[in-house]
Amino acid sequence: MWKYLLPVIAFVGLLVLFAVGLNPKRDLHYLPSPLIGKPAPEFTLTDVLYPNRTVSNRPLAGHVYVFNVWATWCEACREEQHTLLEIAQQHVVPILGLDWNDDRGRAQEWLRELGDPYSGVGFDQNGRVAINWGVYGAPETYLVDRKGRIVFKHIAPMTMQVWNKEFLPRIAAARRGGA
Amino acid sequence: MRIARRLAVRIGGAALAVWLIGAPGARAAGAYVDGEIANPALQARYEHITHRLRCLVCQNETVADSDAELAAELRAEVRQMLLAGKTNTEIYRFMKDRYGEFVLYDPPVDAKTVFIWGAPFAFLLIGGIVVYRIVRARSKMPLDEELDTGSTP
Repeated sequence: MWKYLLPVIAFVGLLVLFAVGLNPKRDLHYLPSPLIGKPAPEFTLTDVLYPNRTVSNRPLAGHVYVFNVWATWCEACREEQHTLLEIAQQHVVPILGLDWNDDRGRAQEWLRELGDPYSGVGFDQNGRVAINWGVYGAPETYLVDRKGRIVFKHIAPMTMQVWNKEFLPRIAAARRGGA
Repeated sequence: MRIARRLAVRIGGAALAVWLIGAPGARAAGAYVDGEIANPALQARYEHITHRLRCLVCQNETVADSDAELAAELRAEVRQMLLAGKTNTEIYRFMKDRYGEFVLYDPPVDAKTVFIWGAPFAFLLIGGIVVYRIVRARSKMPLDEELDTGSTP
């Protein structure tokens, strides 16, 4: 009995393994962030546009906000910029930006040329803040709740679809629940 | 070697998700201190640790080997933590807290990784049982000579 059953079980097992492993829709680059549910790392950096001013997420404590990581060397960031502008116009939550490993002049030019959806953009020249947030590519977009915890992380350019499906419901939930 | 590595980074980057193409090799990693640490003991630990951390951009390279910008930043971070007197455990924890277990090339044994660590031993055990059973079954069979004598009455 087992002699015939075992190969069948092994075959089904392999089939499941391959179905998961070779699924073309699986994003090999997707890594679940260990920071989900953890406090968002605090930061204070100089503003990209105004080097004598600072940008920090500390004043946003108690508020729901979006944190977006971008850079001028990241082509996909250019792609998502119009979506971010559209989102900013909804005035739902402030969007805090992080310019990661960039050239200040080029970043300023980028914001002038494409538009500025941010309530402030921190200039992270040596990537220290990005490391604290576990950033490993750009663009990445985080949602932080009123208790200052990271609720969600989106890795890839922001789209209206993602915004409506993943962000808006979570923003509503974050506002209902929590302190 | 360096060119080959860069090429690997490029090919890897292109084959993987589009949004990452800009990340590897887009800027020279010259902005970071990358020389040897004066203290040889610290330098040895630096080598040890960076060879056991995975570069998140080109996922099949270690932080020590990768030319990606993020790897250079992580090397700088490891160097700084070592100079600040942090222990290896503290450094691994720092990385794991930010990037998840995936960043560690030697993940600890826990509920999620027990299969990976245990699988070789499980397969060895299964193989051993199979071999044992075959050998035992064969040892019960009559020897060829006995067969011969038995077949000629």
